[in-house]
Amino acid sequence: MNDDLEALKTSTDAALADAADLRAWDAVRIAVLGRNGSLTGMLRDLGKTPPEQRKDRGAALNRLKDALTSAIEARKTQLEDAALDARLLSERIDPTLPPRPRDAGLIHPIARTMEEIAAIFGAMGCTVVDGPDVESDWFNFGALNIPAHHPARADHDTFYLPPRDGAAPPVLRTHTSPGQIRTMLSQEPPIRVIVTGRTYRADHDATHSPMFHQCEGLVIDRGMTLGHLKGVLIDFLRTFFAISDLPVRFRSSYFPFTEPSMEVDIGWNRRTGELGRGGDWLEILGSGMVHPRVLANCGIDPREWQGFAWGMGVERITMLKHGMSDLRPFYESDLRWLKHYGFNPLSPTILHEGV
Amino acid sequence: MKFTLSWLKSHLQTDATLTQITDTLTRIGLELEGVENPGAKLAAFRVAHVIEAVQHPNADRLRVCQVDTGEGVVSVVCGAPNARTGIKVVFAAPGAFIPGSNITLKVGEIRGVQSAGMMLSAREMGLGDDHAGIVELPAEAQIGMTYPDWAGLNDPIVEIGVTPNRGDCFSVRGVARDLAAAGLGTLKPFAPIVIPPVFDGGPRWDIAFPEACPWIVGRTIRGVKNSPSPKWLQDRLTYIGLRPINALVDVTNFFTFDLGRPLHVFDVGKLSGDTLTLRRGAGETMRALNGKDYVVDPEDCAICDAAGVQSIAGVIGGEATGCDEATTSVFVECALFDPIRIARTGRRHQIVSDARQRFERGLDPALMPDAIQAATALILELCGGEPGTVTMAGSEPAWQRDATMRFARIASFGGSDIPADEAVASLEHLGFTVRQRDADSVTVAVPSWRNDVAAPISLAQSPELDPAKAAKAAEGCIAVEAENDLIEEVLRLRGLDAIPAVSLPRESPVPQATLTPRQQRNAIARRTLASAGLMECVTFSFMARAEAERFGAAPDALRLSNPIAADLDQLRPTPLATLALAAKRNAARGYADVCLFEIGPAFALDAPDGQKLVAAGLRCGQTPRNWLVPQRPVDAMDAKGDLWALLTAVGVPLEALQVTTDAPSFLHPGRSGMVRQGPKTVMGYFGEIHPRLLAALDLPGPMVVFELNLDAVADPKRRKKSAPDLPQFQPVRRDFAFIVDSAVAADSVVKAAKGAERALITGVTLFDLYEGERMTPGKKSLGVEVTLQPRERTLTDPEIEAACQKIVAAVAKATGATLR
Repeated sequence: MNDDLEALKTSTDAALADAADLRAWDAVRIAVLGRNGSLTGMLRDLGKTPPEQRKDRGAALNRLKDALTSAIEARKTQLEDAALDARLLSERIDPTLPPRPRDAGLIHPIARTMEEIAAIFGAMGCTVVDGPDVESDWFNFGALNIPAHHPARADHDTFYLPPRDGAAPPVLRTHTSPGQIRTMLSQEPPIRVIVTGRTYRADHDATHSPMFHQCEGLVIDRGMTLGHLKGVLIDFLRTFFAISDLPVRFRSSYFPFTEPSMEVDIGWNRRTGELGRGGDWLEILGSGMVHPRVLANCGIDPREWQGFAWGMGVERITMLKHGMSDLRPFYESDLRWLKHYGFNPLSPTILHEGV
Repeated sequence: MKFTLSWLKSHLQTDATLTQITDTLTRIGLELEGVENPGAKLAAFRVAHVIEAVQHPNADRLRVCQVDTGEGVVSVVCGAPNARTGIKVVFAAPGAFIPGSNITLKVGEIRGVQSAGMMLSAREMGLGDDHAGIVELPAEAQIGMTYPDWAGLNDPIVEIGVTPNRGDCFSVRGVARDLAAAGLGTLKPFAPIVIPPVFDGGPRWDIAFPEACPWIVGRTIRGVKNSPSPKWLQDRLTYIGLRPINALVDVTNFFTFDLGRPLHVFDVGKLSGDTLTLRRGAGETMRALNGKDYVVDPEDCAICDAAGVQSIAGVIGGEATGCDEATTSVFVECALFDPIRIARTGRRHQIVSDARQRFERGLDPALMPDAIQAATALILELCGGEPGTVTMAGSEPAWQRDATMRFARIASFGGSDIPADEAVASLEHLGFTVRQRDADSVTVAVPSWRNDVAAPISLAQSPELDPAKAAKAAEGCIAVEAENDLIEEVLRLRGLDAIPAVSLPRESPVPQATLTPRQQRNAIARRTLASAGLMECVTFSFMARAEAERFGAAPDALRLSNPIAADLDQLRPTPLATLALAAKRNAARGYADVCLFEIGPAFALDAPDGQKLVAAGLRCGQTPRNWLVPQRPVDAMDAKGDLWALLTAVGVPLEALQVTTDAPSFLHPGRSGMVRQGPKTVMGYFGEIHPRLLAALDLPGPMVVFELNLDAVADPKRRKKSAPDLPQFQPVRRDFAFIVDSAVAADSVVKAAKGAERALITGVTLFDLYEGERMTPGKKSLGVEVTLQPRERTLTDPEIEAACQKIVAAVAKATGATLR
């Protein structure tokens, strides 16, 4: 009695298998499930079935309908996948072609070093102070205990601008130390600052540039000793150069604006340039306890407050850290050099990422 | 400052090695700058004896010598005319390096006779030009001894850097004193005997300029014979780089270095009159010992006889009265001059002399009587003669000072726990004498040679300080400075490495922000521009004036008085000027397509402090070649894009900006814009570099630039954001094509459209510009997309239509536009 149903299932499966594309598949679907389709006809004719057989045949027809529907849908998915695969075969690109260009710029090593300096001293509680490049004689020399006749002035190779209003001629600052003075005049102690920026001296050769950069530091507080100064500098140098046992040597020296003054050397190998070992010493920065005259010039009572200051060349420590041999390319803007030594702008100095 | 080891040991009794000495010098602040042993390169050469010299069998001009080297007899073939039996010579064995010929010796055979070594000429030893024959040594020279030992050349030359505060260490004795105090031996006593005068006579002093010269002594020695100095003195001077001249002059140079005590000698026979007057210069010209003429002015202290100026005091002597080999009567000058005046005179005349170097740092005022005796003794020893009375003018200034140190301050200031006894002992070793001491402090007398300790205090206080605060600070300085001086001495002698390092105590558990909001913003500007594809540069703040002028004002007030080079004389009006030159250099290297930026100062007299911080950038040449994106020349919109990205990054709302067409004149007048915030504030500009400027400076082109004045950007406000506007309904977008006169600014169309229905319109974007041939000449078509944002409910078609009508009407009214 259900032979016709079996036959329909068999013929439909065969027709689906024969359907090679979606159009043929659709014809099969309509021939079976369409308004005039064979299954639709059988369902329509169910009423003509004798009542005693009607229930069984109805159930059988429903099962057949489910089976045919899923077979038809499955074949559709199959054909669609095959069609997509066939299309994709024709849609190839050459993945080795270059993409649309996107420019990438880089950060100059001087800016990078200044960021690193700020990050490290920032962790010690320092803030960054800016000052102008053109300074008065008093800020650059007088306030720092370098009177007009002082022999130290001769060492500074100062650039002068024409005098204005009868005052001493303005200078291009020879060091970032005027930043100390500006800070002490505008802030009450305790003070923890660094000053970074452009500095100028009339000197030009392989190791001197008429413009260069310095980083100055100033800490004023009660009870600050030479021991703290040593601690600050050792902590900075070992972090900056990422050498936890970097040898650091302190030598007695003289600067008009500090007393006692000391020069600081780090251990390195003179022959290979390797830092940290090798038995040679390399002078890297100057420092000392702020001279009481400098404090007094800024209205700070040296009986109450004491502290220390240091100054270092930004290019110098950059060259040492990255093994650069020549100072002049820093200011040349040679694209090839900038690409070689520049830093990713999206990787700024963040202490928890390392310096 | 240079000295030899043997010279140092004439003042210092020590067993220390050379390395111990040089390490200590560096540690105590007398930084070692170099050590050189002149004998080192001659160490292989030995004294030898020519036992026999016979004619070479095969060569007329050669001799075959049997030479006793002290280690055996060898055969040496020698061509020197003076090679003969019996002489003592300098012998080099095979393997030795010959500096004068730049060869290493080997055993050789010369015309059939073996030669196992060489007898040397002075030139071959690198000791001069004499090559007439081999060096002949005196008969008493000991065979086998090394030549440097025999000749006394094993005397290392030490060079140290002396800091400006340590005038006392511009003398061998001062260095010896510091080394002794640092524990490296004992200072030998210095107590010259007083040599009584034999006669009374010779020149007298007259001080007419006491501000320059408080005290001066002199002494005539007559009957001297001024010939070359003995070898020991010549050697000492030669080793430290001085040229021996004659005994009298050499004596002055010796004491300049030995005691740090410059002296001057006048030839009495060449002086006119019997008085030497110290007075202000009066415009006279004097020929100095260096052969140059100097005009002395009233700020200079001149030493004059009846004929005129004979010496510029403390700086350089005159040629006319100098001592030479004919001198038979000498007048020795030993003076105290004002350091500041000496420094000024030296600088004004650009004379660098050993005397000036010492006078301007200040010297030991108490040494003068001893120094004149020591000089007398040495002159008598070298030149004979008889001494006159010591003549004097002025008087010894009061130099005596005390200084007090509280022992607790060594730790609380110097960071080092040094026992009181040790600290006091250190000071005593340096020549300080204890006046008073108790459990807490010590008061010492400062020695006459340490003018850097407890010096008179001169302040340069800011005139803006509150007077009471200034006075209190000045008092504080007077109270602590001398104490700090003493603490420095105590710490220095032990070495600063001995002070324990202490990390800085934290002020708060987590540090505050290191950068101000402005500094943070500048860092963001830097990262933004680099991310946009521009390479960061650092260029000089100064440039050639002629080039600076083309980029803006180049006022005289910003022109260096003493530029290092003619093309680095003017502070730049904008970093674009130096960046443009950087682009030119890159083009010259074969890289014409560059994108550069710099964040740095632009100098202008009207800016606060004469400068402003700007971010400036340029793009030059062509965009990159790519198979997907056609290459094109850079244009002004590239620069505007950079500037707009930068403004957005630093938090400037773009809607609040106006772009006007009055950009700086170094830009293309039609392809540039000035960016303003409000009518007064200029934020920056962008555009194409003017073709005339490109041509004038031979710059690569096209070049487009932008500049943002970071100082003009308002401070960022730290406040909470308002709640966001997130309507529930989808926006509706409508496109319009407006035809307007070519001169109409696109911005005015956009602004008019925006203003047409403020409540509804949330965005207006210009997406198309057409000025092609299908357009009426003088007209252009602008494509604009308007976004309408319903808030209460979805808009009906009639409502949308009404809004569009309003937009068309508003744009038409504002710009005369018609719909296309």
